[in-house]
Amino acid sequence: MAAPLIFARALRYDWDATPCLDLPAFELAAGEQVFLHGPSGSGKSTLLNLLAGVLVPQGGELRVLDADFRKLRGAVRDRFRADHIGLIFQQFNLIPYLPVRDNVLLPCRFSRRRATRAGRPEEAAAQLLAQLDLDPALWARPAAALSVGQQQRVAAARALIGRPELVIADEPTSALDAARQAAFLDLLRRECAASGAALLFVSHDPRLAAHFDRALAMHALNRIRPDQGRQAA
Amino acid sequence: MTPLVRLAAHSAWNRRASLVLAVGAMALSVMLLLAVERLREEARNGFEQSVSGADLIVGARGSPLQLLLYSVFRLGDASQDMSWASVEKLSGHPAVAWVIPLSLGDSHRGYPVLATTQAYFAHFRTGEQRPLVFRQGRPFRVVFETVLGAEVADALRYRPGDRIALAHGSGESGLAEHTDKPFTVVGILARTGTPVDRTVHISLAAMEAIHLDWQGGAPVPGFAIPAEWVQKFDLRPKTVTAAIVGLKSRAAVFGVQHWVNQNRDEALMAVLPGVALAQLWEMLAQVERVLFVVSALVVAVGLAGLVAVVLASLDQRRRELAILRAVGARPRDILALLMLEGAGLVLAGALSGLALLTALVMLAGPLLEARYGLALAATLPGERELFLLGGAIIAGFAASLIPAWRAYRASLADGLTPKI
Repeated sequence: MAAPLIFARALRYDWDATPCLDLPAFELAAGEQVFLHGPSGSGKSTLLNLLAGVLVPQGGELRVLDADFRKLRGAVRDRFRADHIGLIFQQFNLIPYLPVRDNVLLPCRFSRRRATRAGRPEEAAAQLLAQLDLDPALWARPAAALSVGQQQRVAAARALIGRPELVIADEPTSALDAARQAAFLDLLRRECAASGAALLFVSHDPRLAAHFDRALAMHALNRIRPDQGRQAA
Repeated sequence: MTPLVRLAAHSAWNRRASLVLAVGAMALSVMLLLAVERLREEARNGFEQSVSGADLIVGARGSPLQLLLYSVFRLGDASQDMSWASVEKLSGHPAVAWVIPLSLGDSHRGYPVLATTQAYFAHFRTGEQRPLVFRQGRPFRVVFETVLGAEVADALRYRPGDRIALAHGSGESGLAEHTDKPFTVVGILARTGTPVDRTVHISLAAMEAIHLDWQGGAPVPGFAIPAEWVQKFDLRPKTVTAAIVGLKSRAAVFGVQHWVNQNRDEALMAVLPGVALAQLWEMLAQVERVLFVVSALVVAVGLAGLVAVVLASLDQRRRELAILRAVGARPRDILALLMLEGAGLVLAGALSGLALLTALVMLAGPLLEARYGLALAATLPGERELFLLGGAIIAGFAASLIPAWRAYRASLADGLTPKI
């Protein structure tokens, strides 16, 4: 049996000696689409920072694509993130002054692997933007000129360019109305499936769980309760 | 263009309004620093080019510096004259090759009038031993002829054959004029970049002639000697302001200086132009230092403004930096991005300062030359200017490390979720 894409055991992280995350076990298989939900302060952002290699676990084991994140040096983790992980955030997803196409191409600028896997990055960006139904007239415009929905589609294209193995989406639909939420979700899931990327979709809204293969509640994963830990986490 | 340079350029363009102001402030401060240096350099050059080949300057006993200033640079006035007899005695000294007597005091439309002899055109040298050259015409031969410096002729649009009247005393207005004894322009000297350009030259006899019917600085009421009668009078000068002396051998310079200083008939002094100039620089060094410190402080303020603008924008940019981290930028990429931006801004400020200085020199140069005889040219920066410019740029790079380091630390602390 193939090793899971993400493998975490007894994962622990404290913010300034305040316990924030105590995760006995968490796994994500390659190509799997998982929904993770929980209220603010439940440790979602901390978990995402750990999975993205920005924070280093203070205890337990964390392997992503079989790489031991506790042992990787900071610069190597940064390179790993650039090479293997696409990220989408709730808001402020894009560099506002950069043209749409340049925003999409950013991962290829920092990761040679992503650029190589994209083939011809400019063409790959155009293809993704077209698949995500973004009007070509907008591609040369600054990201700040786009609507929130359009910006989220650009962010999805940026996360998918160069076919990373893992896409992490942190509440990307919270600023959208219900109809646009469902449309974006379907689009993202379809594109992840097409590129073979696993998707970890995080939201505080449990109603979105129906769209996914598997749904996990943060409070069931994390032994630390929100009122015990750091509110901001 | 590398991705980081493109990003830095895009980011700076996005904040162009505040950055243009900060770069403008730095450009102005760099311009001031360079302008002070160029003025200092040009003033020194101007003074040093003004006389060469002269071994001694002789005048009534007093301040050596004052003697140099009024005899060579036409600055200030002589408090006392020296007698013509002393000039003749000096000319007779066996070690003396030539003597140029100088008589100052009158003016023409703000330009000083210098009465002298033909020796002036034969022996006076400027710059690197450059003799005086006539652009037009010839030296004066008869009493009411005048030779103009290039600046006088250009500014007042005089040509050979024009007639001008001299004024008694120095200044630009309110002076009594010798209108009854006009002078004919017979020659115009080529430009030298020295006070010679701003001088109206006449003969010593002419200086005597225009003052025959004057007493105590004013015309004698009811008494006038027409120009055509002046030849009937003894036009040998009784006194002169100073004399420039050339020796047969430079080895005799201290001997002749001692001989002049010990002269019993009249209290005289002989100064070495180089020594007097060194005294002048010594006197001005303190002022130069103060000016330099002030302009360096202004550059520091300009740089502080630049850093403050970049620092102030950092909080707004933490999300932008977090996004860059999310797409694979390492903290050191963030450091490099901010350093690149800082370097670009500092370079833009420094080069704009240089461009502003060039524009200023082109605009204000003619005015400075006409008013103060300071010949400023829009040339490439000199060695010291380049050194100062380099210093300002290096200081700017160092200062831009502050926001770069803060951004680096923030990007490490914030990760993907800036805490704003």
